[in-house]
Amino acid sequence: MQLDKIHEKDLKMGIANQVVFSKTLEELAANDKAILAVTSDSRGSGKLVPFAERYPKQIVEVGIAEQNLVGVAAGLASAGKKAFAVSPACFLSARALEQIKNDVAYSDNPVKLIAISAGVSYGALGTTHHSLHDYAALRSINNMTIVAPADNFETEHAVRKAVEFKKPIYLRLGKKPMPFLNEADQSFEFGKGRVVREGEDLAIIANGETVYPAWLAAKALEEEHGIKTTVVSMHTIKPLDTNLLEDIAVNGRPILTVEEHMVNGGLGEACASFLFQNRYKNPFKIVGIPDEYTVTGSQVEIFNHYGISGSGLKESALELINSKK
Amino acid sequence: MTDREMKLKSVYLRKSLLKYIYKAKAGHTGGSLSCTDILNVLYNRVLNVDPKNFKNPDRDRYIQSKGHCVEALFVTLANRGFFPESDLETLCQYQSHYIGHPTKKVNGVEQNTGALGHGLPICVGEAIAAKLDNKTHRVFTLLGDGELPEGSNWEAFLSAYHYKLDNLYAILDYNKQQITGSNEEVMNTGSVRDKLETFGWSVKEVDGHDLKELEAALNNGPFETGKPNFIVAHTVKGKGVSYMEGNIKWHHGVPSQEEYELAQSELTEAEAEI
Repeated sequence: MQLDKIHEKDLKMGIANQVVFSKTLEELAANDKAILAVTSDSRGSGKLVPFAERYPKQIVEVGIAEQNLVGVAAGLASAGKKAFAVSPACFLSARALEQIKNDVAYSDNPVKLIAISAGVSYGALGTTHHSLHDYAALRSINNMTIVAPADNFETEHAVRKAVEFKKPIYLRLGKKPMPFLNEADQSFEFGKGRVVREGEDLAIIANGETVYPAWLAAKALEEEHGIKTTVVSMHTIKPLDTNLLEDIAVNGRPILTVEEHMVNGGLGEACASFLFQNRYKNPFKIVGIPDEYTVTGSQVEIFNHYGISGSGLKESALELINSKK
Repeated sequence: MTDREMKLKSVYLRKSLLKYIYKAKAGHTGGSLSCTDILNVLYNRVLNVDPKNFKNPDRDRYIQSKGHCVEALFVTLANRGFFPESDLETLCQYQSHYIGHPTKKVNGVEQNTGALGHGLPICVGEAIAAKLDNKTHRVFTLLGDGELPEGSNWEAFLSAYHYKLDNLYAILDYNKQQITGSNEEVMNTGSVRDKLETFGWSVKEVDGHDLKELEAALNNGPFETGKPNFIVAHTVKGKGVSYMEGNIKWHHGVPSQEEYELAQSELTEAEAEI
């Protein structure tokens, strides 16, 4: 984000969430030999080279073969191992989708699917390397928990909880350094959205690497327009924190959602489905990647192009608020 | 159990699976009949599994990749005491746990299979885990020849060789026929033995209806230390029922009453000759 530096005084910059994953796993694996990293020639991109050097017996390499990656991880999990299958989100959630559906979710093998370089992290590498379908695909699979942490705090706690989680889980991580978004709130639970900023005029519900631009938009809305905005890191997209959604919706404030995913079937549609079916009439808008192949560019350029930025979200918020009047 | 009792059991299992397919009006008749002897030998002479304590972590694993031939698996499990055979009266009926593919809701079933090319990769994971933990149990899968073109099988063949999984046994129910016709017509796999040996597996070929041959192969592994084991079990689709043998119509054909009665009487005759 271009505004990163300006806000360093407000937010402490961290590192990439997927680096937090590998560091946390490395720490936990020292005392838990059941932890295995299962990789598809992905230890480099998964930042697992130090893990592999430190625990050569705790890494299972399957080569570039994602279907086998997930099938093997299912077998390992079935045998009691804490199997972390690590692969770029684009391949993991598409190439191996049938293995995720059958061998992990349906057979209830508690594999931890670690989807790295998710969304448009790979930027100009293009559509083959983007995962803009994974929420939609995995939301429609029973017995699947889907988590996209916003910052290093959420990522670390998601990894710690995933180790002991007895159900299949998909953890979606990006490769861009993320700032810490609410150091005052040290709580983290799967299925419980995290409020990173509070305000009664508007709510922005985001997840993953879009929470930071949502936070930037909220700050600008308050400073420039006096609009007070609640920003939620809805890190767990399934199961969705519908209690929090109701708490937000009940005062009638406009709700903007934002995600690094195609608008079809993602976070916004999950929220809309719940709210509409529960008779909430809040002004509502979904920001995400539209149903088209993305423009060429870096992740930031793609984000800016589609309004997934502090300024873009501010404009969307103002339009939404004005539409209410 | 004597060898004669084993032979009688194979006939019983065939009669039984036909009974439930006939009642359910659904099932994979030909393939179930072709793998009946393999399952009989596995569950009664090979696998260390306890119906009363199925989840024992030291049990041998059997994951049926050719899940569509679940009728053979279900009757074998029932016969081995995993559940009352009468449960199969509900096969494929509304709200039954006994569906048209293996499901973990049934005692004795390791994994939910049915989509092809899934069993072997899971077995590779199980076999790696056993090696990591220095456990001596073995891991078995049954592959259909029609599922060999699934790419995930070949990914798994590579990884089983790479990890030297000599505790892994892949059995090919090689009846050489699939839903559209012969393997050769649909997708010619050529010599399976040559391919698997090239992939670094140790391969044995057996008559998949010869109980003694099957038992000798499955209980005398690993064939070579440090290599995964592949058993090409030559079988006949529809084995045991004359009009079904080698007739592709019976891939998932369900017999009429007349056909069903003929099949049962043929099997009763076979029983009398044992």
